Amino acid sequence: METNELKEKANQLRADVLKMVTNANSGHPGGALGMAGTWTALHYEYLNDKPEDPDWEDRDRFILSNGHTCPLLYAVLADKGYFPKEELDGFRSLGALLQGHPSTAKGTPGVEFSSGSLGHGLSFGAGVALSGRLSDQDYRTYVSISDAECQEGQTWEAAAVARDKELGNLCTLVDYNDSQIDGKVSDIMDVAPLADKWESFGWQVLEIDGHDYDEITDAFDSFLDNSAPKGKPTAIISHNTLGKGVSFMEGDPGWHHGVLTDDQMEQAMEELGIKE
Amino acid sequence: MSKLVDSRDEKIKIRDAYGDILPEVGRQDEDIVVLTADLAGSTRTKYFGQEFPERFFNVGITEANMMGMSAGLAMEGKKPFVSTFAVFATGKPWEQIRQTIAYQSAPVRIVATHSGITVGEDGASHQILEDVSNMRVLPNMKVVVPADARQTEEVIKRVSGDMDGPVYVRLARAAFPVVYEECDFELGKAEVLREGNDVSIFAMGLMVANSLDAAEILEDEGISAEVVNVSTVKPLDKETILESVGKTGAAVTAEEHNIIGGLGSAVSETVAEGNPVPVKRVGVEDQFGESGPAYDLVEHFGLTAEDIASKAEKLIR
Repeated sequence: METNELKEKANQLRADVLKMVTNANSGHPGGALGMAGTWTALHYEYLNDKPEDPDWEDRDRFILSNGHTCPLLYAVLADKGYFPKEELDGFRSLGALLQGHPSTAKGTPGVEFSSGSLGHGLSFGAGVALSGRLSDQDYRTYVSISDAECQEGQTWEAAAVARDKELGNLCTLVDYNDSQIDGKVSDIMDVAPLADKWESFGWQVLEIDGHDYDEITDAFDSFLDNSAPKGKPTAIISHNTLGKGVSFMEGDPGWHHGVLTDDQMEQAMEELGIKE
Repeated sequence: MSKLVDSRDEKIKIRDAYGDILPEVGRQDEDIVVLTADLAGSTRTKYFGQEFPERFFNVGITEANMMGMSAGLAMEGKKPFVSTFAVFATGKPWEQIRQTIAYQSAPVRIVATHSGITVGEDGASHQILEDVSNMRVLPNMKVVVPADARQTEEVIKRVSGDMDGPVYVRLARAAFPVVYEECDFELGKAEVLREGNDVSIFAMGLMVANSLDAAEILEDEGISAEVVNVSTVKPLDKETILESVGKTGAAVTAEEHNIIGGLGSAVSETVAEGNPVPVKRVGVEDQFGESGPAYDLVEHFGLTAEDIASKAEKLIR
């Protein structure tokens, strides 16, 4: 895709996220909007998958660790054809395919991991990456985590083990938006210097502006160039703006979760360039 | 059909049985991988590691991470055995087990050694008496407590086969009396080891041997005790339990575990709903353990054959 097409796709996914959360009258739109840029590049340009065959054994694995941002995952999966787009309307309702946090137990096509409790994803991803190496499979494992998950001790346990076991087929995408439920990460319990920390754990670290498609694609290219069954795992630290694309949401941790009013929805759709 | 030994004089560490059988099942199935958190020696998984270094992962002291990694391996079709001490297997990473193993029904084999007071000298920090409770409460989780070294081998053979979800296997540090000459283990099945008419004794782990001894003491008192090895605590074999109490009209439970939440609770729930009869739970009575030689602690906490026999007698007289 051309850069303008990626931008349009990201905005379409952002709009889907806002519609889902508004429709469900609950959910977490802010982080999802910020991650839409990097995810769009990853899911539409890099990820080797077959939506018509979600369990295809050679697919790249995409694991979402900070599960509350799942509206974005569902929007991507629906758009790629993993399940009908109408399922987005059922998000968070009783009996829905699309649970409030991702669930393999519900059998949602394309969901690799049941997340929701923070800090678990990288360990799971390390196991998935290790399994691929043991079976001589070439798939890559991508784990999307948040900056605030770098407050969790388990994230660093996993980071240390992934380096020690040389999981060079593992890429962690860190959503660095400086926001968590209680406010700014830097105010609550700062994780800086984040790139230094990952580097000191022996990872290849790429720090990017998550809204600059050249930087995003350079980072994923660099991971793929270095990716190997045995080697350094890669962390892409992506500086994202919470609520990206919607002026009144941008950078306001209050939109970690929350629902837009009718007027706000109208404004948001206009700013995202969505014509209904 | 199982066959019991004539005398229970021989004692074997069930973790040794685990250490011996694990490479054997590993030879038959390349999907078996083993993870430990700096306890390869104590859990006896080191023997597997020596034979299959490429399938053995010492992840350091990262129990929470180890549970998550094992879930990832299991969801990709590997058969992970995860071993550490029972307190670090079921306490520290409980939430990881809940979220990534039980909720996803990931077939991880959590095989923990050093459960219960028979850990001995290390004391209460290491003597988990709540592990069966911790695991039993999780949906999709199975809980197995072998009675001796021979049953441990059979349990490991069975759970190394296909599993539709996770299992917790509770092993121990100390040597346990050998109960079985031959053991026919069926997951989910309780086994009547000795038939009786006056009282049913439902036991797990070390307490199976002690309960068989108790039945002999009771026999001298003119009481006919039925002894049932409830090696699978979950899913519980309700049919065998209710059939037994239907015959005897009284139940004693025996466990090297807190009487809250473990086998005593599981049997009580079944009996209360299915056929209410008097129940007496023998176990550690909502306390922490303490340091001491393993079998001194068994006496100290009232878990001997004599303790079981006297409580059974009191229950029915």
